[in-house]
Amino acid sequence: MKKTSLWDLYFTFFKIGGLTFGGGYAMLPLLQEEVVNKRRWASEEELLDMYAIGQVTPGIIAVNTATMVGYRKRGILGGIIATLGEISPSILIITTLATILLRYKDAVYLQQAFVGIRIAVCATVTVSIIKLMKKSLVDLPTVLFYLLVVASTLMFSLSPIIVVIVAILFGIVVQNIKCKKERT
Amino acid sequence: MIYLTLFYEFFKIGLFSIGGGLATLPFLYKLAEKRPDWLTIQTIADMIAVSESTPGPIGINMATYAGYQVAGIFGGIIATLGEVAPSIIIIVIIAKFLAEFDKNPLVKHAFYGLRAAVVGLITFALLKLLSVTLLTDGAINYLNAGLYLVFVALVLIFKKAHPLIWILLGALIGLMLGLPS
Repeated sequence: MKKTSLWDLYFTFFKIGGLTFGGGYAMLPLLQEEVVNKRRWASEEELLDMYAIGQVTPGIIAVNTATMVGYRKRGILGGIIATLGEISPSILIITTLATILLRYKDAVYLQQAFVGIRIAVCATVTVSIIKLMKKSLVDLPTVLFYLLVVASTLMFSLSPIIVVIVAILFGIVVQNIKCKKERT
Repeated sequence: MIYLTLFYEFFKIGLFSIGGGLATLPFLYKLAEKRPDWLTIQTIADMIAVSESTPGPIGINMATYAGYQVAGIFGGIIATLGEVAPSIIIIVIIAKFLAEFDKNPLVKHAFYGLRAAVVGLITFALLKLLSVTLLTDGAINYLNAGLYLVFVALVLIFKKAHPLIWILLGALIGLMLGLPS
């Protein structure tokens, strides 16, 4: 089989990055089309495995998946090139938009628009949280732990890094207690 | 050296934000608290708006926007590279040694706690966002609060609508009512 070229990796992930709105979960159909159907770099199952690993490892899901596909095809350099492809459209588009927005940031109409936009953003984030709650708060311990995280971050301005570390330990301890209970 | 500090701060965000999309939000909020000369809570809300309405992963878009704001075009690139560097290192290690990483019981158990914590952290960030959006000089702004509730209802009803629609609608309402900042 012909060796996958680094250009191919870069442009395929450039395309995926430039066409996905919302990142993470929105990119799966595009990945299937480009990586599985068109390029045949992985089978459907392999892609889903890589995507699953991308979700449970630190960092942005889209980047994790791109790195994994690139790494499988062309080693470490392939992983880096695929990731650079994935993030290039963001850098181009956001830099352009940020330049325009920051230049006109004192314009009254832009300020008014952004007050409305912030309200809308709060609403979209609220709904995202409601969706995440349904998936994540599955029993009493998780609900209590959620409330504890919200209360303690508000009161003590804890670092999110500490919260993440405590959460990992909490998950392992509670699940182990559950397993022991089931056995006895 | 501003670029080195930027790279370091976003490397940390990339290393500890797990769970995609909005998971980087609490870290950005923390950064705004630590370096108010870099970011304010208002600019975080603007960054979410721009990131949700443009292509590309939200976490990456927010890193580019934040970095640009701190140190221009090169700052945006450095912040983004900082955020993806831990991913590249971790994924290469996992791909090499841990093929079935996601099926490992320890990883599954950790995620049971991690998911609840991530929602908690995003809730905390939202409450901070709400406090700057819905409060004027410490008192609740009823117009903004009412609009917020209407928007939540709309987003819940029209689940399939693209976030860009809500952001454009928000901009339109802000302009029409001449909402004061």
